[in-house]
Amino acid sequence: MTLLNISKLYKSFGGLSAVLDFNFQMEERELVGLIGPNGAGKTTVFNLITGIYKPDRGEIVFRESDLVGMSPYNICARGIARTFQNIRLFNDLSVLDNVKIACHKQVPYSLLGAIMRSPAFFEGEEQIEQEALKYLKVFNLADKRDELAKNLPYGEQRRLEISRALATQPTLLILDEPAAGMNPQETNELMQLIEMIRSEFGLAVLLIEHDMSLVMGVCERIYVLDYGQIIAEGLPHEIRNNKKVIEAYLGEELN
Amino acid sequence: MLELIQQLVNGLSLGAIYALIALGYTMVYGIIKLINFAHGDVMMVGAFVGYFSVTLLGTNILVAMLAAMAVCAFLGVIIEKVAYRPLRNATRIASLITAIGVSFLLEYLTIFLIGPNQKVFPASAFTVKAYDIAGLSILNKDVFVFVSALVLMVILQYIIKYTKTGKAMRAVSLDMEAAVLMGISVDKTISMTFAIGSALAAAAGVMVGVYYNTINPLMGIIPGLKAFVAAVLGGIGIIPGAMVGGFVMGLLETMVSGYGNSLYRDAVAFGVLILILLIKPTGIFGKDSGEKV
Amino acid sequence: MQTKKISWPRFLVETAVLVALFTLVQYGITTRMLDQYVQINLTSMCINIILAVSLNLINGFTGQLSLGHAGFMAVGAYTAVILTTKLDYPFLAGLVGSAMAAGLAGFVIGVPTLRLKGDYLAIATLALGEIIRVTLQNIDYINGPAGISGIPKLTTWAWLFGAVVLTIIVVVNLVNSSYGRAIISVREDEIAAELMGINTTKYKVLAFVIGASFAGIAGALYGHYFYIIKPETFNFMKSFDILVMVVLGGLGSTTGAVIAAIFVTILTAVLQPFPEIRMILYALILIIVMIYRPQGLMGNKELGRQTLGRIWGIRR
Repeated sequence: MTLLNISKLYKSFGGLSAVLDFNFQMEERELVGLIGPNGAGKTTVFNLITGIYKPDRGEIVFRESDLVGMSPYNICARGIARTFQNIRLFNDLSVLDNVKIACHKQVPYSLLGAIMRSPAFFEGEEQIEQEALKYLKVFNLADKRDELAKNLPYGEQRRLEISRALATQPTLLILDEPAAGMNPQETNELMQLIEMIRSEFGLAVLLIEHDMSLVMGVCERIYVLDYGQIIAEGLPHEIRNNKKVIEAYLGEELN
Repeated sequence: MLELIQQLVNGLSLGAIYALIALGYTMVYGIIKLINFAHGDVMMVGAFVGYFSVTLLGTNILVAMLAAMAVCAFLGVIIEKVAYRPLRNATRIASLITAIGVSFLLEYLTIFLIGPNQKVFPASAFTVKAYDIAGLSILNKDVFVFVSALVLMVILQYIIKYTKTGKAMRAVSLDMEAAVLMGISVDKTISMTFAIGSALAAAAGVMVGVYYNTINPLMGIIPGLKAFVAAVLGGIGIIPGAMVGGFVMGLLETMVSGYGNSLYRDAVAFGVLILILLIKPTGIFGKDSGEKV
Repeated sequence: MQTKKISWPRFLVETAVLVALFTLVQYGITTRMLDQYVQINLTSMCINIILAVSLNLINGFTGQLSLGHAGFMAVGAYTAVILTTKLDYPFLAGLVGSAMAAGLAGFVIGVPTLRLKGDYLAIATLALGEIIRVTLQNIDYINGPAGISGIPKLTTWAWLFGAVVLTIIVVVNLVNSSYGRAIISVREDEIAAELMGINTTKYKVLAFVIGASFAGIAGALYGHYFYIIKPETFNFMKSFDILVMVVLGGLGSTTGAVIAAIFVTILTAVLQPFPEIRMILYALILIIVMIYRPQGLMGNKELGRQTLGRIWGIRR
């Protein structure tokens, strides 16, 4: 079954087309990469999918419901979670609270129960905490639970962001340059981690990445975006030898 | 019809005053994204400097205005240096709270120093005469206010468009970091902005003295807020916007007091503010820009 | 933040402390050991605590700078006074009515304005607070600018104490729950919160409505103690008063708000003969705190476990 089907998506900013005639399909549990030169419009596509921007035209159908016009929290509730190119954690809160906030959409007690401190509240808090810890353990962050997010080293902040996204229980996880600023060894670990969470949590992953070794190594299918348009789509080895793609990255050959 | 034109004429001078104050708000906001809450109080200080210049030194009204402008330009620079500069990289809410603090400080220091009572602008400074032109009654004070405000606005436009300082101001408001890299002294430019904005407010203060005939230490609050609304109406950070916004607010206010209930005069200004903020927060001349993610 | 089961021993100890505090002051009032002057200031102190703690929910925890808190206080004061004096309802009904009316006003104002960011929101709330005041001035039923006088003195120490405890319990319990975390996430990063499934508008409005309701209760208590209410009492200078307390105590610290409210009340009482010096001090507090300690006295930390803010045995 098609998980995500985007057709004829357009978005322009003040007359400048950022995304034009963007078409894209993705299956359940698939691992897809979206690559392209800087300024190609990749992050804009992510922002359109997650509801931060409204498209000018086009359809974004996720599990048979149209996401266009929906607010971001609704889109999250339907099962799409993401990370950001420039990490956006809740800096002044603890690692544990960062993940707990993402668990809020399944909060098992009422507002009144919270204020009255009902038994359901204490049970629910316990449940949320166990849930949050579960995600922290996956990323080896459980022993840092009480540290402030801003005090974590860079690589751990990236991992915390992914675990926070997972805590919203998505069926599609969108990662915006997860390996940015990582060294080759860290990137390698991240690759294994992405594979692992996909199989463990049974979700589809869509990622933007500049690190070609990561994209080629982990993605099953790749879309290439240039000037807001898809210029190629296919399996990693097809993309590697695609003339258009090479041109987009290296410029046209001189005749 | 004549009545309406009369109201319009009355509104023009009030609008000119609001426009002058609004310019200071908009210039400061344009350059450091701060709502300078104390701006209306700088105007009040200007009014008092003008008042003392006339009563103690016996100067004429033009000299008084120039003296007020000079003193307040200096005051504006000091305020920026002491209170706002340390917070330039702080959150906007922190700067706003500081500005509220500066506003209180000016108001209550003035009360502390010269008492809370209002002072009457001496008749020797400006003798009000009425002229009858085509059935309209035109007061010389309205003409004085309108003309001097217009002259100041023309000078401001000249400074911003054609002088080095003006170019630096525009550059800093567009992109502070890039301006630094181009060798512009940001500190100096911001100081200049405060000096010019405060001088305009001071001139407006003296005009308020002439226009309403009385001044008091809390006189800056309401005109300050209204001028701020004017700045937002025109699109905050946009200089021609502040001028247009000022005139619109002045005209609106005279219309409401002329035809409606003057008790609602102040509420109208706030109502206008709410409407703009809800419909088009960037103001009449503003461009929309979303947050980059 | 770790929330475990109620710890009964601590709960009992804290309840005992509260009961003792209440009884002690009540004893002082009944035996006239605490004179009129002290009682008036005690009343102001309780009202200020309610105002500061409730505004802190909006400004500190939700991160939405509101400058219209006095407007909600006005709505509450007028509602309660109309209910008790004109319609002959009991005081409790007046208090409940004041909370509901102010909460409703908070909802009506919050829904459209909370879309605005930072300083724009501040100005919009300031403007709306003033619109509330000017509107009250123009209603003949409540005597316009002259206000309503001859209000019976129904606010007793018991009501004040109860209202303070209720405010603190509600705010503390709310903040230390999943709903509270949602509210705080709005302050931390609104876009990230929204993408983590938090309906940020809903939680901003929720905090705004709860904050406004308590401001309404504070207004009702005020009106039924000081004999007279006038629209002018609730102008934006009053809003700034409350803001000073919140800023001084620390944006996002309930204990900080309580301490600052107590401090500011005492300061106000001491400087009663010199109002302009009081205002100059306020001004300097705002400027100096922002420059040297922008997080306020307490930052977003809470004071010790045994203090008022920890009544129900929440472990940190």
